[in-house]
Amino acid sequence: MKPPRFEYHAPSTVDETCALLASLEDAKVLAGGQSLMPLLNFRLARPAHLVDINRIGGLDRIYERDRGVAVQALARQAAVEDSELVASVCPLLSAAVRLVAHRVIRNRGTVCGSIAHADPASELPAVLLALGGHVVARSKRGERKIEAGGLFAGVFETSIAPDELLVEAWFPKSPKPFAIFEESRRHGDFALAGVVRAGDTLALFGVAPTPVLADAKDPSRGLQPSSDLEATPEFRLHLVRALTLKAFAA
Amino acid sequence: MRINGFDHYPPQDARRLLSDYLRHDVGLTGTHVGCEHGVCGCCTILLNGAPVRSCLMLAVQAEGHEVTTIEGLAPDGEPLHAVQQAFHECHGLQCGFCTPGFVMSVVGLLAQHPHPTDEEIDEGIAGNLCRCTGYASIRRAVRRAAELSR
Repeated sequence: MKPPRFEYHAPSTVDETCALLASLEDAKVLAGGQSLMPLLNFRLARPAHLVDINRIGGLDRIYERDRGVAVQALARQAAVEDSELVASVCPLLSAAVRLVAHRVIRNRGTVCGSIAHADPASELPAVLLALGGHVVARSKRGERKIEAGGLFAGVFETSIAPDELLVEAWFPKSPKPFAIFEESRRHGDFALAGVVRAGDTLALFGVAPTPVLADAKDPSRGLQPSSDLEATPEFRLHLVRALTLKAFAA
Repeated sequence: MRINGFDHYPPQDARRLLSDYLRHDVGLTGTHVGCEHGVCGCCTILLNGAPVRSCLMLAVQAEGHEVTTIEGLAPDGEPLHAVQQAFHECHGLQCGFCTPGFVMSVVGLLAQHPHPTDEEIDEGIAGNLCRCTGYASIRRAVRRAAELSR
């Protein structure tokens, strides 16, 4: 239950970080650490290099852009939860971030980290997908925008390249009505299944390798959720249908 | 880094978790280590005044920051901190293993919500596990701590 051996890097600028990511083999970016540190402690992840971005100044802004809200890589989930700007422009994000773990975890965890980690049962990737947002990835090669629809590639997998740093996530203004519902065995746990409604768009999480868009009239069609100690596939499908009804009742 | 108002030498090894650094290198064993993956809450400390898990941080990451552990709430000879006093009065602990983490989380909770509702109390302590009390006395202790802090 101690991290494996790694080489530690603490760059102080984004350019320095991109240079490191371009030159190092098998490097992992460490932001809030609320997912990566448990993986290291369990030794489920054994990167040769850790690139800690917490020493980079001015990368924790939450600001309005293109009629939406941009959240930079080091903006903590707690800051997003408390942000009046987020509450007014994207109240769906305010509601979703409150479902992420516990406040003590959110004090350290970042929104961009949750998205880059891409846990299939995580709320924030599904919110980004439902809203049709994007992320901005920076590397020595330049900067590119990745739409949410092309970002999530598989379980814990994204289309962000190893030499790229996710510098910002952009969430469009939330349409009305919006809702996010999930079911978990214990408060703050990852959801067995969850639904996000943004206007007429529905996204599901916890029921496929990535968050997925679905038809509100038949939300469980084509899904093959996994089975584990906490829920059977049938129960997960039932939750999807029940939570979708609840989200679209408003 | 500054711990409870005193400067300490930085950790020698980047692999050192903040929780282990506090316990083994600095000798502050009040911070308890339960699960080491962020679930139990026993190792909660304050980083620049906000509660965080010390098992989910590398000690090197706390360099240049202000760390407060349970020992820093009421230095030897001083009266107990309001949250500690409330846990004492309301029997908010039995075996005591989870207590330092609960106390630090509640300090953070009351900083965020000085007059917490029952819902805010439940939300605020949900990230800490206690296997003895059944939580009823801990909820009472949080309400009492809010009173004492007024």
